Amino acid sequence: MPSIVVAKGLVKRFGNLVAVDGIDFYVEEGELFGFLGPNGAGKTTTMKMIQCVSPKTSGSLEVAGMKIDEKDREIKRILGVAPQENNLDPDFTTYKNLLVYARYFDIPKAEAERRAKELLKFMQLWEKRDVNIDKLSTGMKRRLILARALINNPRILILDEPTIGLDPQSRHLIWDKLRALKSEGVTIIMTTHYMEEAEQLCDRLVIMNLGKIVTSGVPAEIVKEQAGKSVVETNILPKVMKCVKGFKKEKYEKVGEKIYIYTERPRHVLSTLISECELGKVQVRESTLEDVFIRLTGRELKE
Amino acid sequence: MSFIKYFRPPKVSRLAWKVWLRNKDVFAKTYRVSFIPPFLEPLLYLFAFGFGLGFFITTINFDGLTVSYREFLAPALISISIMNSGFFECSYNSFVRMHYQKTYDAIISTPLNIEDVITGELLWGATRSMINAGIIILVVSAFGLVDLTLVLLVIPLSFLGGLLFSAMGMLFSAITPNIESLNYPVFLLVTPMLLFSGTFFPLSILPGAFQALAFIFPMTHLVGITRGITLNSVGMPQFYSLVWVLVATILLTILSINLMKRRLIQ
Ligand SMILES: Nc1ncnc2c1ncn2[C@@H]1O[C@H](COP(=O)(O)OP(=O)(O)O)[C@@H](O)[C@H]1O
Ligand SMILES: [Mg+2]
Repeated sequence: MPSIVVAKGLVKRFGNLVAVDGIDFYVEEGELFGFLGPNGAGKTTTMKMIQCVSPKTSGSLEVAGMKIDEKDREIKRILGVAPQENNLDPDFTTYKNLLVYARYFDIPKAEAERRAKELLKFMQLWEKRDVNIDKLSTGMKRRLILARALINNPRILILDEPTIGLDPQSRHLIWDKLRALKSEGVTIIMTTHYMEEAEQLCDRLVIMNLGKIVTSGVPAEIVKEQAGKSVVETNILPKVMKCVKGFKKEKYEKVGEKIYIYTERPRHVLSTLISECELGKVQVRESTLEDVFIRLTGRELKE
Repeated sequence: MSFIKYFRPPKVSRLAWKVWLRNKDVFAKTYRVSFIPPFLEPLLYLFAFGFGLGFFITTINFDGLTVSYREFLAPALISISIMNSGFFECSYNSFVRMHYQKTYDAIISTPLNIEDVITGELLWGATRSMINAGIIILVVSAFGLVDLTLVLLVIPLSFLGGLLFSAMGMLFSAITPNIESLNYPVFLLVTPMLLFSGTFFPLSILPGAFQALAFIFPMTHLVGITRGITLNSVGMPQFYSLVWVLVATILLTILSINLMKRRLIQ
């Protein structure tokens, strides 16, 4: 599979602040690639460089074989972008938003009308076609932004937090649409800070923290590598800490009042904890991407 | 000096036209409301100054001409409309689109670059000036204050003048910290230009220092050309003014595009 986006030593500075700190990654054609990370990790900044709307400070970045600082218009022609911030045109209706956007891509009027209607149906917005966008719910706005991003039949779709602030139904609807698009061969690059979303959707992902990529790969493999098979989760008490230090093979992470012990032998860990230390609540479960996240960023990702 | 770099001609593509179309579509949607102010404003001025003040001042002598005060006033009203339309479209209105509606952010994710977006905005501002000038021309012709065939020459001029004041408005949009601060250039620049550009009285009656200051105002030159056309007395002063307007338009256009780019592309 050829790579459609390739970044090498990519850096972005805002004055003294290093928002993206020398990252390397590649995205293969047709895959759904995720950027996971807490707020301020540098995800949006990276997306904006791929979109050619924010120049890089140094390093190299190529999209579909073109350098971002040389072929910006050509690159933007093959991209579909759904930004984190709503920037739908409040002066127009739902349908007209798509038509006006199509015009920026030089799409002929008849063709634009055909695509706009098709996309409104695909995104379940057909009933809202003549409504001004201030009358749309948050979920509908996100869907319209996604429809707008598809108006030029993009080869690459860039989605910055596509499901932020949505209820579960709306979120699942968007997930379904993304899967459908992927099966049509569209390359999708998305950022998220929802673990479940990344685990469910992404073929491969990177986790960013403080401008750096801290790990990358297939979600299930990352989990196995970084957090083992299981996690034993309990409250931090002095006796517990003494026990945990006794485990030689296990890695652990303390977050707030909780301690997470990553292990391949949960039964052993659990029985030792129960027999030798006084425990509060304890929980044993399979490791997830969230555990990897906590290990690598030292942060809990609950909103 | 690093400031020189902001005078480098920006790379603009034909796609700028699409931004003009976007604004035209919004205007077409609300044209009934949009047409009322440019129609009423000159009427107010005409009644207050033309008929109010004009009652006391029937004729006026300037540059060796003697004309009625209302004929003296008519080209000034056209010029004021050109200035206001362009300036307000590309200051307050553009700022709202840029800052609150994030319209520019949305457009630069398409093949258009920020230079195209700003150019489209400026061309639209100039168009607004032309539309509003057209309305006033109809009003003042209806009162018999200008010759309708001569005044048609003002239409292309209104586009040029509109571009100049649009660029001036955009320049302030590019450097203003917030929308309230746009009041400063209005009070400190637009209002003085409205009053002291040979609009309501000939500049020659001002003290010398003020005359020199007023001569820097682009509005002075726009009024001079417009009045030359409507009074059918175009000469070298109008030619020099036209050159002045052209140069100022080119410089302000380039500067406003580059400063807007500096603001938005980080
Ligand atoms: N235009 C900007 N000017 C200055 N700092 C910025 C700008 N955009 C982003 N940053 C900073 O860069 C860092 C990364 O931000 P961002 O890419 O938005 O993170 P994320 O999308 O992962 O939440 C943050 O510290 C943010 O404050
Ligand atoms: Mg972000």
